[in-house]
Amino acid sequence: MNPTSTLSTSRPDRSLTTTDRVARGLGWFSIGLGLVEIIAPGRLGRALGLEGRERLLQAYGGREIGAGVWALSDTPAPAIWARVGGDLLDLATLAVGLRDADSEQKRNAIIALAAVAGITVVDLLTAASLTAETSERKGETGRDYSDRSGFPQGAASARGAAEGITPVDFQVTATPERAVAALEPAE
Amino acid sequence: MKALVWHGKQDIRYDTVPDPEIEEPRDAIIKVTSCAICGSDLHLFHNYIPAMKPGDIVGHEMMGEVVETGSAVNNLRKGERVVIPFTINCDECDQCRRGNYSLCERSNRNKPLADKVFGHTTAGLFGYTHLTGGYAGGQAEYLRVPFADATHIKVPDSMTDEQALFLGDIFPTGWQAAVQCDIQRTDTVAIWGAGPVGQMAIRSAILLGAKQVIVIDRLPERLSMGAAAGAIPINFEDESVVERLNELTDNKGPDKCIDCVGLEAHASGHIDSMMDRVKQATMMESDRPHVLREMIYVCRGGGVLSIPGVYGGLVDKIPFGMAMNKGLTFRMGQTHVRRWTGDLTRRIDEGQIDPSFVITHTADLKEGPGMYRVFEQKQDSCIKVVLKP
Repeated sequence: MNPTSTLSTSRPDRSLTTTDRVARGLGWFSIGLGLVEIIAPGRLGRALGLEGRERLLQAYGGREIGAGVWALSDTPAPAIWARVGGDLLDLATLAVGLRDADSEQKRNAIIALAAVAGITVVDLLTAASLTAETSERKGETGRDYSDRSGFPQGAASARGAAEGITPVDFQVTATPERAVAALEPAE
Repeated sequence: MKALVWHGKQDIRYDTVPDPEIEEPRDAIIKVTSCAICGSDLHLFHNYIPAMKPGDIVGHEMMGEVVETGSAVNNLRKGERVVIPFTINCDECDQCRRGNYSLCERSNRNKPLADKVFGHTTAGLFGYTHLTGGYAGGQAEYLRVPFADATHIKVPDSMTDEQALFLGDIFPTGWQAAVQCDIQRTDTVAIWGAGPVGQMAIRSAILLGAKQVIVIDRLPERLSMGAAAGAIPINFEDESVVERLNELTDNKGPDKCIDCVGLEAHASGHIDSMMDRVKQATMMESDRPHVLREMIYVCRGGGVLSIPGVYGGLVDKIPFGMAMNKGLTFRMGQTHVRRWTGDLTRRIDEGQIDPSFVITHTADLKEGPGMYRVFEQKQDSCIKVVLKP
C-alpha cells in the first residue's frame, strides 16, 4: 500500500467557488456592455460627451466581448486582469470626455465614472482572488516520487517481461524480419 | 444515495440522488467501495466534452461489491468484488466479438444520436457524455451496471482495492497505448504526459521490452514518478523536446510516440500552443493539439503515433502532409478494457506490477468536489485521487 495524503478544502462538497461565480457574472456583464458599445456607439457617445469617438467605443466593445468570452472559460484570471486594464482605459476616456461635456453629459459621465470605478474594484478583487486560488502551487517544488517504481520485483526484472505479446491486429511495425518474410517468394 | 453530480463548467457537487434500480435483465447494482478521478473527468469538468447535462452523475473508474443482479445475470453472486470497466460491452455484437469492446454496437442507448454525430456509434460509457449513452457514473455510493454479465472484471481475494481499481481504465488504457505501438526491443518510445495514464504507459512500454522509454512533462513530481520506473525525463519548460529527443536517438527520432495528454495540452512557450489556448478560450477551437503536432514532427519515419489521450472535437493546423510523407501510422481510440484485463489481472496477482503506486491522494467521496480542484490545479503534488464512498 502506498502512503497517501489527504487535503481539506474550504468548501469540499462544491467545486465552484464564489470567486468563480463572480468571474462568470463579470464575463456576461462584459459581453453585454461590449454589445451595447458596438451596436449603439453614437447614442453612448452623445450621452457621455464622447461625440466623434464612435470608432473608439466600438473598439472598446470588441475588447469587452473578447474579455467576457475568455472570462467564461476554465481559466478566467487573465481575462479579469485584462478587464482591470480595460477599466483604467475606460476611466481615462471618460475623464477626457468630461472636459468637453455639457452639463447633462457631465452628470452622465460622472455617474459612469463612479460605476466604472466600482466595477474596477470588483474586477481587481476578483482577479487577485482567482490568481491566489489558481497559483497555490507556486512555491511548491513538487514531491519526490522516485521510490514509486510500481514494479514490486524491481524495474530490471520487469523490463521485457511481456515482450512479444502484440496481437496480430496490432502489429504495425516494419521490422527487417517481417519485410524479409513478405518479400520471400511462396514455396 | 450520495454521488458527485455535474452541474456545469467546473461545478461538481456532492448531492443526494435517487438510488439506482435494476432496469434490464442483464443489469446489476454495485455498492461502490473505491472510485477515482480520471484525467478525462477534467475534460468534463472544463466542459470540453459536448452533450453533458446538469444532474449527470460523473465517474468511470470504480469497483465494488455486487448487491443485486437482474434475472439474466448468472455469473455474478451477491458480495462478489468486481471492477467495472468504463466501456460497457454486450459481448455479442460483431465489434465485441472482434475484441473492439469500446466500439460495442449495442451498449450505447443513445445510438441514433451517436450515429449522427460520429457517423457510427461507439460503446456506452459510464459517467460521460450523452453521446455515449449518458449512463450514471461511479463516483457514487451505488452504480447500475448495464450488460453486467459481460461488463465486469472479477477481483481475486488476494488483491486490495488500490491494486485492482485501475484495471477499469488507466492501466489497460496505458497498456493498450503501448501495445498498439507494436513495441520492438530496439525501439525508443516517447511518452507525452506523465499523468496517471502516462505513468501506466511508461510501465507498459517497459514490460513490453522497449529499449528506451522517454517521458515528457513539466511537473517535477510526475517526472520523478516516471523516472522511478526507468524512464528518461524531459522537462519541456527547461529544455527543448526536439533537441533532447534527437540527442537520445542519434538524430533518428523516437520509433513510437504516445500522446497521454489529449485536448488540454499545457500552453508552453511554443507559439502554436499559445494560439490554441487563446482559440479554445474564445471558442474558436475545441481542442489544443500541440502534442499531436510535436509527435508528428519528431517521430521517426515509418513510426507509430499512439493516442490514448482524449480529443473531443476539432483540431486546427495538424501537419498532415508531414505525417503522410513520413509514412506514420496512427493508432487511437477508447480502450477495449476487457480485451486486456485477464492478462493484466494475472500480472498484478503475480507481483509483476502494482498499479497502486500512482495513488497520491485518498479522500472521502464527500470531499470529491474539492479534490477535483486539487487535481485540476496539480496542488500538493497530486497525481491520482482515490475516493471512498
